[in-house]
Amino acid sequence: MKRSWSMILVVAVPYLWLAAFFLVPFLIVLKISLSQTALAQPPYLPVLDLAAGWRGLRGFVTALSLEGYALLFSDPLYLFSYLKSLAIGAGATAILLLLGFPLAYALARTPQPAQGVLLVLVVLPFWTSFLIRIYAWMNILQRDGLLNGALQALGVVDAPIPWLATDAAVMIGLVYSYLPFMVLPLYASLQKMDTALLEAAADLGAPAWKTFWLVTVPLARPGIVAGSLLCFIPIVGEFVIPDLLGGSQSLMIGQTLWIEFFGNKDWPVASALAVALLAVLLVPIVLYQRQQMRALEGGR
Amino acid sequence: MVRFEDVSKRFGATAAVDRLSLDIFPGEFFALLGPSGCGKTTLLRMLAGFETPDEGRILLDGSDIAAVPPHRRPVNMMFQSYALFPHLTVAGNIAFGLRQEGLPKTEIAERVGAMMALLQLGRLGERRPDQLSGGQRQRVALARSLVKRPRVLLLDEPMAALDRKLREETQFELMDLQARLGLTFVIVTHDQEEAMKVADRIGVMNHGRLVQVALPEEIYEKPNSRWVADFIGDVNLIEGRVTVADADGVVVEAAEGIRFQADATDGAKTGETVWVALRPEKIAIASITDGKRADALYGEVLEIGYRGDVSVYKVRLDNGLVMKAAAANTMRRVAQPFGCNDRVVLSWARDAVAVLTR
Repeated sequence: MKRSWSMILVVAVPYLWLAAFFLVPFLIVLKISLSQTALAQPPYLPVLDLAAGWRGLRGFVTALSLEGYALLFSDPLYLFSYLKSLAIGAGATAILLLLGFPLAYALARTPQPAQGVLLVLVVLPFWTSFLIRIYAWMNILQRDGLLNGALQALGVVDAPIPWLATDAAVMIGLVYSYLPFMVLPLYASLQKMDTALLEAAADLGAPAWKTFWLVTVPLARPGIVAGSLLCFIPIVGEFVIPDLLGGSQSLMIGQTLWIEFFGNKDWPVASALAVALLAVLLVPIVLYQRQQMRALEGGR
Repeated sequence: MVRFEDVSKRFGATAAVDRLSLDIFPGEFFALLGPSGCGKTTLLRMLAGFETPDEGRILLDGSDIAAVPPHRRPVNMMFQSYALFPHLTVAGNIAFGLRQEGLPKTEIAERVGAMMALLQLGRLGERRPDQLSGGQRQRVALARSLVKRPRVLLLDEPMAALDRKLREETQFELMDLQARLGLTFVIVTHDQEEAMKVADRIGVMNHGRLVQVALPEEIYEKPNSRWVADFIGDVNLIEGRVTVADADGVVVEAAEGIRFQADATDGAKTGETVWVALRPEKIAIASITDGKRADALYGEVLEIGYRGDVSVYKVRLDNGLVMKAAAANTMRRVAQPFGCNDRVVLSWARDAVAVLTR
């Protein structure tokens, strides 16, 4: 097929966009991560001086160091932040999967007019600002908030439970915010499934629970993988939810990064943290891309 | 083997199956034939356990199977959509049912291999369903439901997705398979040719009821009602009144003045309104050569339906009645023996005429 100019334009515009607003900023971050802190404006050295020509570039390259990265390994605080983020990401993703699967399944099996309404309800929270919804959760979870009020009124607890500034609060916030991202891909793959397959499995002697494991789950796998990665990847780097609902005793990587950048003004370390986070998340991102490619091929 | 006793199934206000009773015998190839929506698939699904009857009982080998869930019933179904598991290979699909029985691996492999050989699926074991042709998928579905050696194999429109040529081959294979394995097969189909070809006995259904249960030949030659005569094959149905009814035969006079002579028919009483059923292929059509014959009817060709092996002629008789007559094309000729507006004569034997009282 002959490539026309309009075709090239259609493909080129998003690539140019990505290059300008993702690749270039990332290269800048990468450069800063190889610099050293300085009491200067900007607060790091060396600064690339293109006016100095070839000599300036050589001086710049020789002045680069891996000190920022070395610091990441020297202080257990950073390692702990990463592990904590991964643990919270994995935990929240597991809870989301457990909650999202039955929800998506029920949604996919609901007869048509009601199904559309329910689907809109799943997406409805997006119509309100994310930040406002998290502030609402602060209100619900605070000492004299709705949750404690309800628990006390029901007689479940005598004294209010300090929810806010705990990992539990972060988990609640994460699960609440990311549920649609889990439900929608799961729904998409469950909805495509032919119910005759479930009957066929029963006909061939499989009881309901075995049919679930042998037929439903394998066929929902693209949805399970997509939903899990769609939640896990951003949760690991999540900043707003742990910052507003979580405590200061243990930090997720997003918060650590924020502190290094704005609190300590240590741009190189903050940048190194960001690059390292990207490296950690590269594995699930690649997995996700491969899954998407395969789903596209399989879907025809 | 299988007995339906006054079985009813309603979906909302409509009765899909309405107080139906039926016996299916061991080793029989039974066809449920009817137009879409007649309840034949619902009947099959009740036997498989996917629907529960609202009333009545279904007995399998003498015991009521109402309480037996689908996965414990010794019947297997081949689905119209085949319902092959897309995530499993051909061999995995066929082995699925045997794995549920907890059989040893060697036995499963053996039986799957034997079934694949039987259905000529030889080298396709590692393929996935989406890498197969329609005919191959159909064989895999058949193998998957047969490998469990069901007491009754249920086939829900098994050949609806195949093209004509493949369908005919598969029909013969299915008959051969049934004869070789000695299993009881119940097939649901809306294709009367298919039902007549494969089945030992046919149950014709309409509106949730069995209209006639008989051998294919009986269904075709001795339909018990206008509806069956009209549903199966092509037929000329002519309303008339019985003028004579005795041991020697029946005479029916149609409104147009034609008199049909037929063999003695149960239930045909003098003076009653009845219907005469005459299959087109039992009517001889000829050009007018010699003088008028008393027992023949003269008319003019209106339309010709050329089908290759036979041609169907629509003839308007001189008294106004329009009848269809079919003639086998025994000669290789492009020019047809009769053209439109040609004068022809129709005649038939007395025993070609069936008199229907309902």
